Amino acid sequence: MTLSGSNIKAVVCTDVCKSYEKVPALRNISFTVEQGEIFGVIGPDGAGKSTLFRVLTTLLLADSGTASVEGMNVVKGYKEIRKNVGYMPGRFSLYQDLTVEENLKIFATLFHTTIEENYYLIKDIYSQIEPFKTRRAGALSGGMKQKLALSCALIHKPSILFLDEPTTGIDPVSRKELWEMLRKLKSQGITIVVSTPYMDEASLCDRIALIRDGEFMKIDTPKGIISGFRKELWAVRGSNMSALIGHLREVDGVVTCFAFGDNHHITVDNTILTKEILRSRLEEKGHNEIIIEKIEAGIEDCFMELANR
Amino acid sequence: MKTALWNSPTDRYMNVITVENLTKKFGSFTAVDNISFEVGKGEIFGFLGANGAGKTTAMRMLCGLLKPTSGKGIVAGYDIRSESENVKASIGYMSQKFALYEDLKVWENIRLYAGIYGVPEKDIAPKTDELLKELGFEGEKETLVKSLPLGWRQKLAFSVSIFHEPKVVFLDEPTGGVDPVTRRQFWEMIYKASDKGITVFVTTHYMDEAEYCNRVSIMVDGRIDALDSPANLKKEFNATSMDEVFRKLARKSKNNEL
Amino acid sequence: MRQFLVFVQKEFYHIFRDRWTTLILLVLPIVMIILFGFGITTEIRNTKFAVYDPSRDIATQGIVNKLETSEYFSLDRYVTSPNEIEPLFRDGEIGFVVVLGENFYENLLHTGNAKIQLIADGTDPNTASTLTSYATILLSSYQQELTGTAGGTIPYQIKTEVRLLYNPSLKSAYNIVPGIMGMILMLICALMTSVSIAREKELGTMELLLVSPMKPILIILSKLVPYFTISIINYITILLLSVFVLKVPIAGSLVLLSALSLLFIFVSLSIGILISSLVEKQIVALLISGMILMMPAVFLSGLMFPIESMPVVLQWISHILPVKWFIIAVRNVMIKGLGFSSIIREVLILTGMAAVIITLSLKKFKYRLE
Repeated sequence: MTLSGSNIKAVVCTDVCKSYEKVPALRNISFTVEQGEIFGVIGPDGAGKSTLFRVLTTLLLADSGTASVEGMNVVKGYKEIRKNVGYMPGRFSLYQDLTVEENLKIFATLFHTTIEENYYLIKDIYSQIEPFKTRRAGALSGGMKQKLALSCALIHKPSILFLDEPTTGIDPVSRKELWEMLRKLKSQGITIVVSTPYMDEASLCDRIALIRDGEFMKIDTPKGIISGFRKELWAVRGSNMSALIGHLREVDGVVTCFAFGDNHHITVDNTILTKEILRSRLEEKGHNEIIIEKIEAGIEDCFMELANR
Repeated sequence: MKTALWNSPTDRYMNVITVENLTKKFGSFTAVDNISFEVGKGEIFGFLGANGAGKTTAMRMLCGLLKPTSGKGIVAGYDIRSESENVKASIGYMSQKFALYEDLKVWENIRLYAGIYGVPEKDIAPKTDELLKELGFEGEKETLVKSLPLGWRQKLAFSVSIFHEPKVVFLDEPTGGVDPVTRRQFWEMIYKASDKGITVFVTTHYMDEAEYCNRVSIMVDGRIDALDSPANLKKEFNATSMDEVFRKLARKSKNNEL
Repeated sequence: MRQFLVFVQKEFYHIFRDRWTTLILLVLPIVMIILFGFGITTEIRNTKFAVYDPSRDIATQGIVNKLETSEYFSLDRYVTSPNEIEPLFRDGEIGFVVVLGENFYENLLHTGNAKIQLIADGTDPNTASTLTSYATILLSSYQQELTGTAGGTIPYQIKTEVRLLYNPSLKSAYNIVPGIMGMILMLICALMTSVSIAREKELGTMELLLVSPMKPILIILSKLVPYFTISIINYITILLLSVFVLKVPIAGSLVLLSALSLLFIFVSLSIGILISSLVEKQIVALLISGMILMMPAVFLSGLMFPIESMPVVLQWISHILPVKWFIIAVRNVMIKGLGFSSIIREVLILTGMAAVIITLSLKKFKYRLE
């Protein structure tokens, strides 16, 4: 049975701090995760994502603060928690010299279950790699490895999954498939806490926390975070994108300017700058084919804006 | 102005990379299947593909690390098959997995690579200072690389990889896991290198970064299935983003999950 | 229990999926014992020797003949003056010199003051002492012949001081077998165990194992089973090879010898666990087991050099090495054929060591990350 019907929060984290030899990795992290939610922890490498996951999976002791998973304290209740969580560490941590099937069998046994017993749970994911079940895990491609790792993390029917950067280093197609799987798992009532450095994956989570330098800058739904972006944001395009960056930054009223794919995103002080003024400034510098549009912010804009404060 | 030139690939004044029918087989498996393309001087060339599509193999051949099974490749004016030593001396290389020695100081890393690539002794010190100044790292000269934040390391690694002013620099997922702000600073550095005439050959898993490239190639099952400017590719595939282009192409792959 | 069995199976997969690991674990002991038993033998054959013999009488002729006909020595030349001896050594032309006194036979018969001097190259003390031992034995046997032919009338004899116990034919394999046994068991148990646990830490799989309900002690035990099994196979291989190939018989009780080896295997395994609980990386585990266990084991355990000829400090250090005590005990049981009472001290020491190490490593084992 799972705890999804009860009122117990899947994760409660209060003022958790953790330092490695005086270098703080987590500073006062507080948040809760509801049952059946996909909660994303989004931020760059070194922001503290893995440390947070290790504290929650009882692998690391926090220096201060408390945390509980499924109502059990991560310090006192670590044995119980270890029975109930599925964990996928940041790097591929399966036995490369064992076959796909052997790996899965080992993890099933580890949790006192069998592949057959919980096959239904991993069927969607595992069936994609099953044709290669006699292949050694080390010989799989990045996307396949992640699917195997996810199968291994799921085989004991955990009520909550901790996935530390499951999409890092794998191609966009595999990433998309993985997220589709997570949505399916959510529909089966499994709570998912997932971390990623890819900002564009934020919209796939129910709620996200933006993490930077060991601190949560903001916790909200993706929409909530975007609507919290109150600056005026324009996308600017021209024929010479490289020179355009420097020239945009020279214009009065342009607060920040960053390259964003085929556009440059600028936040502007619209009390002193209008699109027309900007266009003429840029034309003075010799730019042509200039397109300026007011746009809605993305998560990445929000992240940079929050990080800039 | 230069950037605009590359949107029409016929209008180049010099090719730094020329590849014709390049193929690499490992036993019965064809990792790179008869690919041909050209990259011009100062161009930013995005090299995309799913995991296992053959990107790494192709890149290794271009860097002179792997001998092609058949086909021809000229990099920086040298034949990758017969003049691989010259190729290696004329290129820069940086990968996400390994970039700098973490247990060496910043200046020691620079000194090391300058030495490896034969930068004249008298140029090293002034160029080191110039590089650090450009990065705003003047205070970090004596810092161990491992105590630098990841983003800084990657920026430093890129600067080091073009320290000897190579004709072309190969970047293998240079921005993986780097925070959004630093990622953009990194791309501004790439722009600057390109403005100086250095050709940039880059792989990435961030599809928004593909948009920064002058032209993008997408590998599927060892072949190059698409090669054009991001704008043209989006038009051709009737897509709003490079991400969509990529997914439409990769779906055609027969062994997509191998 | 099923958990445990699956894990043991997994460990065997790890070993047999890697050709080199398999090869090293199963073939190395055979190679080592054959190499040490035959190749790098400290046995000496046909050493060239020179003789300074001012008497040239019956007795000196007899002695030279005795040496010459043995398989250990071959006569190179007679020298006419003692001054010639040193240059011969220096140029490496000969390895041994016999200097006989004047009026040797006369003195032997009447005054009992027959002088004989054996000179060997002291820069290689092992060879030198082996050579002098051989020569002394040959001399004494010549004397016995002499006594026999003379009908017991010769009152005085040349006394030989060196007696070689338990290894009458001076076979070096007798010394080698217990040493090799100690080394191999130590290598397989301590080194392989520590490396394989460190590997799980390095690859990150330990993280996954810890975040599971499996008891850490079971994880460790499952690591031990394969190496324990392989050690026993190696033990049997070594015994078979030494008995049938090197012709070193098991003089004492096979049961006692086996029990002793099991004890030593247990000690080595616990050392392996201790090392792995202290380190995070395979290379560190390898270096610690290799440098801190194996090197001293080879040098300080008496395998290669006699402990008695080492500085006192090193002799003291050798006391803390389990392998030293194991080798002593194996010599007592296997070569000398002594019973349990002769190895009580060694058994107690090894048991004590096992207890301390096991307690320490269980205390050190972490069920969380650092």
